[in-house]
Amino acid sequence: MLSDRQDDLHEERRDQQRFFVRVLIAGLILFLLVLTLGVRMFSLQVGAHAHFTTLSENNRLRVEPIPPTRGLIFDRNGVLLAENRPAYQLEVTVEQTDDLDGLLRELSRLVELTPAEIQRFRTSVRERRPFQPVLLKANLDDETVAAIAVARHELPGVEIEARLVRHYPQGADFAHVVGYVGRINAQDVQRLNTRNYAGSSHTGKTGVERFYEDILHGTTGHRQVEVNAQGRVIREVAVVPPVPGQDLYLSIDVGMQRAARDALAPNDGAVVVMDPSTGEVLALVSAPGFDPNPFVNGISHRDFATLQTDPHKPLFNRALSGQYPPGSTIKPVVALAGLEEGITTADQRMFAAGYYQLPGHSRRYRDWRRSGHGWVDMNRAIAVSADVYFYDLGHRLGIDRMSPMFGAFGMGSRVGIDATGERPGILPSRAWKRSAQNMAWFPGETLITAIGQGYMLTTPLQLADITSTLANRGTRVQPRLLRAIRKSSDLAPVIQPVRFLEPVIASEAHWEAIHQALIDAVHARHGTAWGSIGSTSPAYRIAGKTGTAQVFSLADDEEYDADALDRRLWDHALFIGYAPAEAPEIAVAVLVEHGGSGGRVAAPIARKVMDFHMASHGLLARQEGKP
Amino acid sequence: MISITGRELTTSQWLLRGLRLDGTLLLLIGVVLVLGLVVLFSATGEDIDRLQRQILRIGFGFAALLAVARIPISTLRAWSPWIFLLSLGLLLAVAFAGDMGKGARRWLDLGFIRFQPSEIMKLAMPLMLAWYLSLRTAPPRFIELVVVSVLIVVPVVLIMRQPDLGTALLVAASGLLVVFLAGLGWRWFVGMGLLVAAAIPLFWAQMHDYQQQRVLTLLNPESDPLGAGYHIIQSKIALGSGGMYGKGWLNGTQSQLQFLPERSTDFVFAVYAEEFGFVGIAVLLTLYFLIVARGLWIATLAQDRFSRLIAGSISLTFAVYMVVNIGMVSGMLPVVGIPLPLVSYGGTSLVTLMVGFGILMAVHSRQRLVNR
Repeated sequence: MLSDRQDDLHEERRDQQRFFVRVLIAGLILFLLVLTLGVRMFSLQVGAHAHFTTLSENNRLRVEPIPPTRGLIFDRNGVLLAENRPAYQLEVTVEQTDDLDGLLRELSRLVELTPAEIQRFRTSVRERRPFQPVLLKANLDDETVAAIAVARHELPGVEIEARLVRHYPQGADFAHVVGYVGRINAQDVQRLNTRNYAGSSHTGKTGVERFYEDILHGTTGHRQVEVNAQGRVIREVAVVPPVPGQDLYLSIDVGMQRAARDALAPNDGAVVVMDPSTGEVLALVSAPGFDPNPFVNGISHRDFATLQTDPHKPLFNRALSGQYPPGSTIKPVVALAGLEEGITTADQRMFAAGYYQLPGHSRRYRDWRRSGHGWVDMNRAIAVSADVYFYDLGHRLGIDRMSPMFGAFGMGSRVGIDATGERPGILPSRAWKRSAQNMAWFPGETLITAIGQGYMLTTPLQLADITSTLANRGTRVQPRLLRAIRKSSDLAPVIQPVRFLEPVIASEAHWEAIHQALIDAVHARHGTAWGSIGSTSPAYRIAGKTGTAQVFSLADDEEYDADALDRRLWDHALFIGYAPAEAPEIAVAVLVEHGGSGGRVAAPIARKVMDFHMASHGLLARQEGKP
Repeated sequence: MISITGRELTTSQWLLRGLRLDGTLLLLIGVVLVLGLVVLFSATGEDIDRLQRQILRIGFGFAALLAVARIPISTLRAWSPWIFLLSLGLLLAVAFAGDMGKGARRWLDLGFIRFQPSEIMKLAMPLMLAWYLSLRTAPPRFIELVVVSVLIVVPVVLIMRQPDLGTALLVAASGLLVVFLAGLGWRWFVGMGLLVAAAIPLFWAQMHDYQQQRVLTLLNPESDPLGAGYHIIQSKIALGSGGMYGKGWLNGTQSQLQFLPERSTDFVFAVYAEEFGFVGIAVLLTLYFLIVARGLWIATLAQDRFSRLIAGSISLTFAVYMVVNIGMVSGMLPVVGIPLPLVSYGGTSLVTLMVGFGILMAVHSRQRLVNR
């Protein structure tokens, strides 16, 4: 007991000693640190006093950023798609007010300030640089401007600024192409070069506005100003003017865009039109659209909620982000794979019954036509869209020989369009299924892949790209929205060069066979698009392929009966085609969500777009002479 | 001032003893607080309203100090692990249900009051480690080091993710200081130093562009005069133009013309330096040094391991506060949000500091009771 306590005491004493040593060391280090600080202060305050005094006296000069004017966006013919409109806005320089809350109370008597606006203001106050005016309310009307101007001497730090505000004159028609700008938020700050955005309040959020942000924004300028004791600007000392953003000419044709929109109405869906020789996208419609203008200065929560909960999903860009089974529109590609792999020839015939069975399996893979198509060769199989022919061809090809051909046409990877939100779709293969679902590939899946069902997904943009490649007989061009850039209004726009992609290699005879089959699908009496567009054929010829993509699967013995089904379970209607068939000028892909039959619903829409092109005096043909 | 023999006590000494306060420390704190109010009056642009609010906070801080000083050390020690668990729980709550304020998730809203749990952690951390290490024999062994590392790293990472680098730094420092004072072998510190040095390039590669930019700006603030360099440039001008005797109270052009950012909070030292010059700084640094020295003195006189460790850690953390803030204002350290202790405008850190001093007082009074 006693020795224990003595041990304790001993231990306690040792601990105390050890602690004392540590405290001494810490004290010494602290003393040295304080000394360092003292020396640093001495060198700054006494050593470099003269230098800093000069700086301090010169500190009446302040540098202010001048935001550049954002570049304009036009369509290919110079129709304005995005412009800058002058608007008055209320700004507050927080440093110049003593009582911000009081000031906001004062102001709310003159202007209507919503809680959301105040909230947004407070957020930007925290994120701004010192002395940077912060936007409180945009788009002031004349009365409010006058009221604030009268009371301004009582409102320190309050300014009314005439700023340029982005405006989209075409409204909903181009929201999915041009996108919109919005206020710079915390996420944008991390992405953007803060120095070049010192005076900017907005940045591209989606679409072309986002993709070409660097070109559109321009370079921020600066002005040095002299300020008085209250920090108010007395005079301007020096100016480095900003470099305005460059103007963009998109490849889109406003007329064709509207024609496509009208043709699609009132359905939900997408239309993409490309010039196969240049890759220029002439129309890119996703219906329904939405008005991008409210987004510029912050859409209200209620309006945004309305858009988001709309069952027609107007904010969803179907043309770029919508992934759909391509259905029968993919059959020409499967046929080409069959020819190139030597599995079949154009002349080889088979008897297409009403269903197909894998050897040794009982499951029946049904044709869309119950009675079947009788004896068909490849030409007729494409024209009548005989599922059984392609089940058989797909089975003989196998997924390992089909996938590479799909890949060569660009499926399963982003086309690389110059806008935001594009998705890659799905290119099914053994490797894909292994990594995505960790499961082996089943033979039955090969069959349904051959008719564009199952796992396979494509975007309407990809379908237009595939159509363009078919029209070009293998030559692939990079689809793009940007046609030309104009550095300033006194210079001519510079046309962007065509970019070629890795071509699809196939023999000319095989291309010709596919080409003929696509013409027959429209112009032959047995063609699936004959009834809807071929029979009233105009002066030009169309090559095309209908498609109907299942939204849900039927059991073996069930019958598809549109009348009995909820509209949301109706098939998607598709059509791809190019015209004039002999010398293609445009390639069109149409997708109508829950439209039903591709031939009846989608083909006429494509026809209207092609008619527009031909009627507007062969626009592309005329422009061939130009650079 | 305090007579150790304790025979002839004046009224004020009786009062101090009754309230369990250390007169010397109290006086030093009081002087710095008054000095702080003088500077704040200038830094806020002679704003009586804000000054009154600050005085109210100081009053609240004092009340907290008095209350804590009365808590017996043994009670405090028994509470330590629970305080730590509570603040750790609150930190987790903030991580999942915290309020956004100033663009970071730090605040916890209990309906009637909003506060930063990370602030409690500044004291809970040294309490916890002092409690844990006082249970063991010194110096700490490997297994204890592992426990201690976990105890430090978990809350610090939570605070860093808020993100609040300044507080994370202080909490880490308060914990490491306990370990240091407990007598951890030197080789561990050398090893830790080497580890940190080795991790720097890795860290650098992990950092975002804008974070790297912030560090580069420290090395050369003139490279980005409109952005991150602005604070440092303006602050150095304020310091340098102050000279030996300063421009005089309310006459600092840098602060009065509002070139200096955050002049009433993190950069208040620059206002002080501009208006009171090198002489003023020498006085303030001396006061700070004396506060820390007095705290360490109380720690060395303490009669048990827990008291020693907690008193030592609180005193030295206060020193870290001061050194980091002044180092940052004078452009020697990167800009992390740490206020100037007892001077900067704002409530949370002031109250925490005063509670910390309350613990020092409690240690002090117990030591005297034992002596008697």
